[in-house]
Amino acid sequence: MAVAATISGVRERPTERRDAWWAAPLTVVVAFTAFVVYAAWAGTRTAGYYYEPYLSPFFSPCIAANCEVLTFGAPIIGPWFTLAPAMWIVGFPLVFRATCYYFRRTYYRSYFLAPPACAVPDARGSYSGETRFPFILQNIHRYTWYVAVAIFFVLAWDALLSFRFPGGWGIGLGSLILTAEAVFIGLYTFSCHSCRALCGGWLDSFHGRPLWYRLWMAVSRLNVRHGTYFWISLTLVVVADGYIRLLSYGVIADPRIVFGP
Amino acid sequence: MGSVTMRIFRGDATGGELVPYTVETDPGMVVLDVVHRVQATRQPDLAVRWNCKAGKCGSCGAEVNGRPRLMCMTRMDTFAPGEEITVTPLKTFPVIRDLVTDVSFNYEVAKTIPAFRPKAPEADGTRRMYQQDVDRVQEFHKCIECFLCQDVCHVIRDHEENKKAFAGPRYFVRIAALEMHPLDTNDRIELARLKHGLGFCNITKCCTEVCPEGIHITDNAIIPLKERAVTRMYDPIAWALRRVRGEPAGTPPDPDRPAT
Repeated sequence: MAVAATISGVRERPTERRDAWWAAPLTVVVAFTAFVVYAAWAGTRTAGYYYEPYLSPFFSPCIAANCEVLTFGAPIIGPWFTLAPAMWIVGFPLVFRATCYYFRRTYYRSYFLAPPACAVPDARGSYSGETRFPFILQNIHRYTWYVAVAIFFVLAWDALLSFRFPGGWGIGLGSLILTAEAVFIGLYTFSCHSCRALCGGWLDSFHGRPLWYRLWMAVSRLNVRHGTYFWISLTLVVVADGYIRLLSYGVIADPRIVFGP
Repeated sequence: MGSVTMRIFRGDATGGELVPYTVETDPGMVVLDVVHRVQATRQPDLAVRWNCKAGKCGSCGAEVNGRPRLMCMTRMDTFAPGEEITVTPLKTFPVIRDLVTDVSFNYEVAKTIPAFRPKAPEADGTRRMYQQDVDRVQEFHKCIECFLCQDVCHVIRDHEENKKAFAGPRYFVRIAALEMHPLDTNDRIELARLKHGLGFCNITKCCTEVCPEGIHITDNAIIPLKERAVTRMYDPIAWALRRVRGEPAGTPPDPDRPAT
């Protein structure tokens, strides 16, 4: 390919943009850093994540012997483990989100300033994108999606169990929060670009494959709002965990209607 | 009738400066109209490339207040009254003069993409393409080759050295149109990955933001290509399925093979 150098002078000035291009990356840094700080705090707690029948999504599935409630009935991790049970789980959704195509766009702009905004120069002098370690590992997103689907079904089960109170079936504010959280986790998981590729995107022709075509169209429609689902589901995870902690610490009471057994 | 001060880049490959021009404006004007008025009334030697004035030829790309735009599609009433407007040439390409750049980089990249190689005709001597398959690739054919996506892509905009290894978003749209074409038989994935630098793209979506045709370049072209590369190179389940079916596991076709 022929390569010609651009000229120096006026055109080398950082940017001629005069709008608030810095506002979006700054907002992301503030919002996501706040999430990371909260998640790091909540994920290292050994109590306060379960208030019957609500289990915090940071801790689900709860698989260690020291869990306040065991998702699968029996522990997978033995009693030798005494730290926060979330440590076994929280990494999977974290890596799923970290390798998410939508979020890559967002944090490359906000944290790596590569670039901070369109037509605003990169902060670094050299750039190799996702061709080398560590960023070539972004290609594991497909693997993490498989795990994310499994975690979604666990969270959906948690949402269902959140309607089963000690006195019988009912509806509490926590039930609604956990249900909304599971729904938006599902929307985020199934609007994923990897999901779109797997659900028919790999085909060159849909002719004679009407189910693949419908599936691909459905995921494509969801995919348009993938970024929105990312932020709503992330927020609801924090809201659900925070709500359960406030109940657990006795700060608030759960408004609920129980219909009986 | 009002007036506007427009700072326009004047210079060539050796350097230049922003020169302010104050001219009268009329209702309904676009940035290209103002540039033409400067040319007609103040600077007859001002170089600007344009053709259709309808957003379809892709000739009048420039950076208006730092953002890649088609000048003919940027209405003056979108700016605040009295706002000074800066117009500079596309930064990614070498300046020839004033607002005209040398975009031949793009034509050189285009030559490296193997042409459409259709399947053999069906028994009745025809080749058929079905509507749902047309619908998927139709979007890619809206490209007017204005090269705003190439201009805004930081991979080559801020890193000149990457032009040797990275084709740019416009050509991933071209590759995607061919790769997803049900009748094309060329393998595009290895070429996109190894020769056209698919891995350089970090999906910051600026190409999509500036596309005057509204093509979803990142979501519908680049990411599906990346996902096909993942299936080929990294997915354990796809690898296992290929082994079960007895297909060659992870043996990529030679990207240097001659295209027909």
